[in-house]
Amino acid sequence: MALEVVARADAPIPLHVSFRAEPGELLALVGHSGSGKTTLLRTIAGLWRPQSARVSVDGEVWLDTAAGINLAPHRRHAGLVFQNYALFPHMTAAQNVMAAMDRRTPNLRDEAERLLALVNLPGLADRKPGQLSGGQQQRVAVARALARRPQVLLLDEPFSAVDRATRERLHDEIIALRAHLKMPVVLVTHDMNEAQLLADRMVVIERGGVVREGTTAEVMTDPVALRTMGIREVAANLPAVIVEQEDDGLTRLQASAGPLFLPRVEAPVGTRLTIRIPAQDVILSRTRPEGLSALNVLPATVTAVRLGEGPGAIIQLRAGEDLLLARITRRSALALELAPGVACFAILKTVAVAQTNVGVAR
Amino acid sequence: MDWTALFLSLRLAGWTVVILLPVSILAGRFLAYRQFRAKGLVEAIVMLPLVLPPTVFGFYMLLAFGRNSPVGAFWQATFGHQLVFTFEGLLLASVIFNISFAIQPAQRGFEAVPAEVREAAACCGMSPWRSLWNVELPLAWPGVMTAMVLTFAHTLGEFGIILMMGGSIPGETKTIAISIYDRVQGFDMAGAGIMSATLVAISLFTIAVTYMLSARVGRRLS
Repeated sequence: MALEVVARADAPIPLHVSFRAEPGELLALVGHSGSGKTTLLRTIAGLWRPQSARVSVDGEVWLDTAAGINLAPHRRHAGLVFQNYALFPHMTAAQNVMAAMDRRTPNLRDEAERLLALVNLPGLADRKPGQLSGGQQQRVAVARALARRPQVLLLDEPFSAVDRATRERLHDEIIALRAHLKMPVVLVTHDMNEAQLLADRMVVIERGGVVREGTTAEVMTDPVALRTMGIREVAANLPAVIVEQEDDGLTRLQASAGPLFLPRVEAPVGTRLTIRIPAQDVILSRTRPEGLSALNVLPATVTAVRLGEGPGAIIQLRAGEDLLLARITRRSALALELAPGVACFAILKTVAVAQTNVGVAR
Repeated sequence: MDWTALFLSLRLAGWTVVILLPVSILAGRFLAYRQFRAKGLVEAIVMLPLVLPPTVFGFYMLLAFGRNSPVGAFWQATFGHQLVFTFEGLLLASVIFNISFAIQPAQRGFEAVPAEVREAAACCGMSPWRSLWNVELPLAWPGVMTAMVLTFAHTLGEFGIILMMGGSIPGETKTIAISIYDRVQGFDMAGAGIMSATLVAISLFTIAVTYMLSARVGRRLS
């Protein structure tokens, strides 16, 4: 009951990719523009046919060039959210959603309103796209894609056309919406941090080929994948739960490796959060540090050391059940004799745990 | 006032529009979306009636549909009268002569529909026909309507080709434009003046109504 994709092409762009997405899973295809990730999405939707490809969903073959099978896009149950939404400009929000529904659906209008409410857009059903903001248009596009009762939901850079504040709100909404989604979801994005926030698994694509594939934590702490993406501000995402709101304005959280202190997070005790820890702001020590101003120190074990070509090095660490990254100098890495299996302490500078990067955990 | 000639012109223009409407939509859509090697040549042929003098066009029409042509001979054998110098012959010439006006604006109209919106229609499960009806036509409609209005108004005013193809048979091929010319030839300046003014009024009315309607479509879209 999964989405399976194999695609090969030489022109117009080289493509040599295969991947699989399970039901309910959010898979991110990450890569630079021109890497071929949108082409893959269009292949799934039936808007493009590579020289050689096979696409199947729930065991149903949509495209098999070898067997001569190629279902027209309107016969594939794929919900696609376009980068610029591609709403029908002459229809209202509700009509846009209804246009994608099976016309035998009873109470079309009620169902459209239910979907618009699901994407947090109640009360705007009778507005035309031109009367909606970018974020509202994106929500209509998501509702329209879901209206098809798709077997797979495809999101093509759906957050790129809105401002930063709206984007963060839409991220939270997609995370919340996922509880209602039973189908595989494929997200195309060039933003590793966005993928890290939203995806269960990631496929990093570069020049039409897969560079790295794995769970989000694996990929985001893999130096090779990060270097491919040219990511300098690499960060690890750590799940944590709010334990206590302390009197001095700090919030105490519990991560798998130990307690963490953040400036006041306005959320009730018990809220699950994702904490972002930039590799730049992690200091390593072989012994438990004393007399430091830093509040957040987690015991960890080195799992990988990657010495870069320059003076830098990236150290991957396991802290409790989670992965952390530290960007330190090559000289320090050698001096501390860091190698896989070595125990150490990760000192996290509190200021680095930015509140805006705290997402609501799913 | 030659009412017979006026109604004949309106009948000719009306039928030309009726026949060219589906041609306009299908050919305009095809030329807008498809890329093929001979596209430039096809577009040039579509534009040809626009640049040719109507007499030249009419001359070739006479050759193509006259009694000695295969089409003319077939018509004569089937219906017992010749094709040229009849209303049907006039309509045929009018349809062909108006192809530029009927296709070009419609093509521009369909070109204005973003490819992404058409793809979205397909991804919403719409068959090509439903997509045409529910998404593309409403968006390309200003172009298609312009095409039809131009065709209508242009047919009303056409002179040269009708003279070549139809002659001047009252109630059959004598349109308002021909009638006006006849009046001027007969020094009936008053009659010619009334009919000219009527033609101006009808043309102006048609175009004004279209602009008003397309402005409304424009508002509907924004």
